[in-house]
Amino acid sequence: MKVLSEYTSYGYPPEFRKLIKIVEETREDRLKTSYRRLSLNEREELIKKYHPDYKPDTKRVLRIGVNRDKIVYNELADLLEAWPLVEPNSIDLNHIDYDTDILIIGGGGAAAAAALWAIYGGVSPEDILIVTKLRFGDSNTVKAQGGIQAADRPEDSPVRHYLDTIGGGHFANKPELVRALVMDAPFIIKWLEELGVMFDKTGEGEMIEYSGGGASRRRLHCARDYTGLEIMRVLKDEVLNYGVNVLEFNPAIELLTDPDTGAVSGAILLNLETHEYYIVRAKVTILATGGFGRLHLAGFPTSNHYGATADGIVLAYRVGANLLHMDTAQYHPTGVAWPEAILGELITEKCRSLGAQLVNINGELFIHELEPRDVVASAIIKECYEGRGVITPTGSCGVWLDMPMIDAKRGPGTIKKALPAMYRQFIRQGIDITVEPVLTYPTLHYQNGGVEIDEYTHVLNPRGEWIKGLLAAGEVTGGVHGRNRLMGNSLLDLMVFGRRAGLTASQIVRNMDKPKISLNHLNRYMDELEKYNIPKNRKSPLILPDYRGEKVLSRFLDIRI
Amino acid sequence: MTTPIATSERKSSVKTVRIYFMNKAYDVPIGLTIMKALEYAGYKLMRGVGCRGGFCGACAVAYRKPGDYKFKTGLACQTVVENDMYIALLPYSPLIKPRYNIFEMKPEAGYVLKIFPEVARCISCNSCSKACPQGLEVMDAVQSVLRNDILKAADLVFDCISCGLCSLRCPAEIRHIYLFQLLRRLAGKYLLPRAKHLEIRVNEIESGKYFAEIEDLMKKPIDELKKLYSERDIEPE
Repeated sequence: MKVLSEYTSYGYPPEFRKLIKIVEETREDRLKTSYRRLSLNEREELIKKYHPDYKPDTKRVLRIGVNRDKIVYNELADLLEAWPLVEPNSIDLNHIDYDTDILIIGGGGAAAAAALWAIYGGVSPEDILIVTKLRFGDSNTVKAQGGIQAADRPEDSPVRHYLDTIGGGHFANKPELVRALVMDAPFIIKWLEELGVMFDKTGEGEMIEYSGGGASRRRLHCARDYTGLEIMRVLKDEVLNYGVNVLEFNPAIELLTDPDTGAVSGAILLNLETHEYYIVRAKVTILATGGFGRLHLAGFPTSNHYGATADGIVLAYRVGANLLHMDTAQYHPTGVAWPEAILGELITEKCRSLGAQLVNINGELFIHELEPRDVVASAIIKECYEGRGVITPTGSCGVWLDMPMIDAKRGPGTIKKALPAMYRQFIRQGIDITVEPVLTYPTLHYQNGGVEIDEYTHVLNPRGEWIKGLLAAGEVTGGVHGRNRLMGNSLLDLMVFGRRAGLTASQIVRNMDKPKISLNHLNRYMDELEKYNIPKNRKSPLILPDYRGEKVLSRFLDIRI
Repeated sequence: MTTPIATSERKSSVKTVRIYFMNKAYDVPIGLTIMKALEYAGYKLMRGVGCRGGFCGACAVAYRKPGDYKFKTGLACQTVVENDMYIALLPYSPLIKPRYNIFEMKPEAGYVLKIFPEVARCISCNSCSKACPQGLEVMDAVQSVLRNDILKAADLVFDCISCGLCSLRCPAEIRHIYLFQLLRRLAGKYLLPRAKHLEIRVNEIESGKYFAEIEDLMKKPIDELKKLYSERDIEPE
């Protein structure tokens, strides 16, 4: 890799040399030791005291919809207790713009896997339509760096993977979903290998596998630290090779339902550039819209892509989908705490898999690096809360992630070879992670819960019945990971349930007649909104977050030109 | 032509730099990325923004500075603003992906050149490598294809994020991002050896191994699961 000299590099201010020196001086001793693992009880205690899920005033009880009385984060409640973006009467449903068998909403890994497996299941590519808010591939999938889990080494087994996953999830996971996850996993890796994903391997073809937090065996398969990007681009390439129709910059803003059966029968799209709306009729709709990081729950920065605004949750909830575990979120332990330019971006867990330790201002260890993520995040927050964190140049707090330990443990050059994305991210800011530690603090990372599905990806209502015509896969769904996801299980989730959604859809559309379309499901929802006096200007889905400066917004004139 | 800045803006106490976005001046706080600076200035982005973390390639930018003839390139989400940057977003380049069947190909230059004949027009000017915000040796990869070394080429461009800046600068009109995608797939599919342990495990699962054991776990009460979980041995890293 060339030195990226074109970038302005600020690096650490001189006063930080003293603090970094402490990390350097304690490194040699720390190389020989590690922090002990906590018992389940110790974990619970730490989490209850310091995890953001337990921060007061960040959640409230839902008043509207099928999950009224359930507790969810405030930012999500605001979107669920909100009016549709369009008046149902203003939409002409007599003119169908796209009439398709399978509509896939979303453009990430789950969407691409669903499209391919629908094709393998016998659906013609012309009968599939992918619609996405940004570009095909713009998703959290491409930001997944560390790897994808699959128990494929002789020392390992799917049974272990099952136990690790439910233990990490606080035993709240849906068992049949976890079974699907772990039992399909090796097959998924093999499928990706056959499509041409360049996994890191030895010369003999053996997968190079690492430990992830909360996993009892090394089972993380990776492609440098671009694992999600590599998987996404291969799947996207294959989807496009088949000639599947893709509409970019066309988010779904509402689902459609059959007035006779109540089944989901398509969606309304909004062309983001022209603001023209389109009507899609579909026999089956697959929600693959991803998570909610850009809602900045509890005021946290996020590692998520720009479009992660929970649109799919809102749409599914309006047709009566049950939501699971929306009172919990995953805060990735190691987000960037400084520099400000990349605040909240991810420092992959693979750094810790490779040997980087978490260190407080005194150069002390305070947690085993490979505990589950909610445990490690809570421990970091505790260090900062109790004054053993480092105050960053912008006044926030963080702890050190001692990156140079990786090369010290595994040989010079390891960082540049195994973590090129991390090396670039920091050298662009003037920080060389081969010789300097980095400042880190938890960042909002993953939606643990979501729309409830069964193992064939049918979306369920609170009574456990199918919402006909609607499937879901990936981060938008809940139950797979319980209350906390393990590293490497999200890419796996996308592939396993994206595949299952495609296969299920391919079976449903056979011999099925074209459904009717309506917005009837909104009537009851809007009655409830009226009853609770929800302000008319509160609308959802959000589509995109707004980061415009305060001064500009205070002087903004809404004039059409 | 100089673009004036509002008088009120000049008195700001925050340390700022002046940037010119498509020739229009804005004073923005120091330390922001180009992307965050544009948002601060009042732009709600839709094109030219994606993952915001250097992985998706949606936010290619080009910029120049007065007194410097150099045409500089970067990613809006990674490049920190500097005084007097004249910036343009380049979020899309018309490269149109060719379709092919990877299962009917071989990892050889002949197959690649049939789909991307323009690769043979490379004049080794290195404009592509100079434009690459990832710092990749783009030209070396193109040349490796001509030497029929697909694995080396794929390895050189593995970290490509498909921003398309190289293709915008290329006098040979090479469609790099799609060329590189094909190279990586050919290498991954045909040139890297297959994982035998993976094959074995897939067969084990398909023959029904583990099914009963997992069924058994699924039925266990939580207390028993907690015990099993706490007692499981953990492999050293």
